[in-house]
Amino acid sequence: MNRFVSVLVTAVGESPRAGYGFRMQPAPSPIPSRAALFGAFAEIGMLGFGGVLPLARRLIVERRRWLSAAEFTDLLALCQFLPGPNIVNFAVALGGRFYGAAGSLAAVAGLLGGPVAVVIGLGALYGRFASVPAVAHGLAGLAAAAAGLVLATALRIAAPLRGRPGGIAVAVAAVLAVAVLHLPLWLVLLVLAPAGVLLNRPHA
Amino acid sequence: MVGLATLAAVFAGLSLLAVGGANALLPEMARQAAAEGWVSAGEFAALFAVAQAAPGPNMLVVTLIGWRVAGLAGALTATLAFVVPAGLLTYVVAGLWHRFREAPWRERVQAGLTPVTVGLVLSAALLLCRASLHGPGTLLVAAGSAAALLATRLHPLWLLAAGGTLGAAGLLG
Repeated sequence: MNRFVSVLVTAVGESPRAGYGFRMQPAPSPIPSRAALFGAFAEIGMLGFGGVLPLARRLIVERRRWLSAAEFTDLLALCQFLPGPNIVNFAVALGGRFYGAAGSLAAVAGLLGGPVAVVIGLGALYGRFASVPAVAHGLAGLAAAAAGLVLATALRIAAPLRGRPGGIAVAVAAVLAVAVLHLPLWLVLLVLAPAGVLLNRPHA
Repeated sequence: MVGLATLAAVFAGLSLLAVGGANALLPEMARQAAAEGWVSAGEFAALFAVAQAAPGPNMLVVTLIGWRVAGLAGALTATLAFVVPAGLLTYVVAGLWHRFREAPWRERVQAGLTPVTVGLVLSAALLLCRASLHGPGTLLVAAGSAAALLATRLHPLWLLAAGGTLGAAGLLG
């Protein structure tokens, strides 16, 4: 953990200070090259469907050992705390940890390059063939299945709210505000994020 | 060029609103894309489905909306605009993270945001269902894939493929 913090600090050009209560320690695993970072995130991007995080964990923690399990969880907590797509933030943070901005760029380029090319190709096919009846019907089935998958995701992340009336009230308010009243998201977050924090009583 | 500037501005703003991941952002993205006259709700659901069939992070619907608006330049503009603001923020905060990573308020804020994220992802599901369910066939496909994802360890790609195949075979009406 100490090494993690030190490298993160050095990544933004600040030198570790004794006041933070840590010092540099010998690295337990070799620091990856920029090409290795690019390659690892390219693999995560191209092999990950739906959720790429489990794949990222397996590759970075178990196979390459660039991070310990605790370091991975910690870095992921940062990326989930901040706005933006979590895995992209993760690539930024991990690449930056090793090589500063150049590392972030290498990791993000690896993560997004292939998938963006594939999805543009799919988009071009969609534009060309969407009016062919069999394709249109196939897309309708695909869209229905995709909607079902998002519904399942919602139910899964809703499970921890059971027995927490404050949390349920905030979730219901968010659905009303967004799905029924179509209010802008900044307004919804401005009101409901503080409400969620104030009403959160995990052990009550 | 005005199109590209608007794309960049909209997706840069969305980037910083995306708390709780990409799925939580879908309703706002659909709302703004409709307000700009880029895609209808039905097209949004179709583009989202196409994006889900591609590998990679679940933010690629951004790329497809950009592509619909302004071709290849639009696709790249929207993708970069969506990635860069949040990426810069992460890059800066990563260096400061140790200062508040174990602060009690950090965990309270994160736990407090969970119900908001639940509501937003549920809204995204409602939006996509409303746009893509046209009868008993599509309803069964959506319910079936949701149940299969929750109850089995089947890879989501199989469920998408099953939905697409049933549809292409003309079995969904």
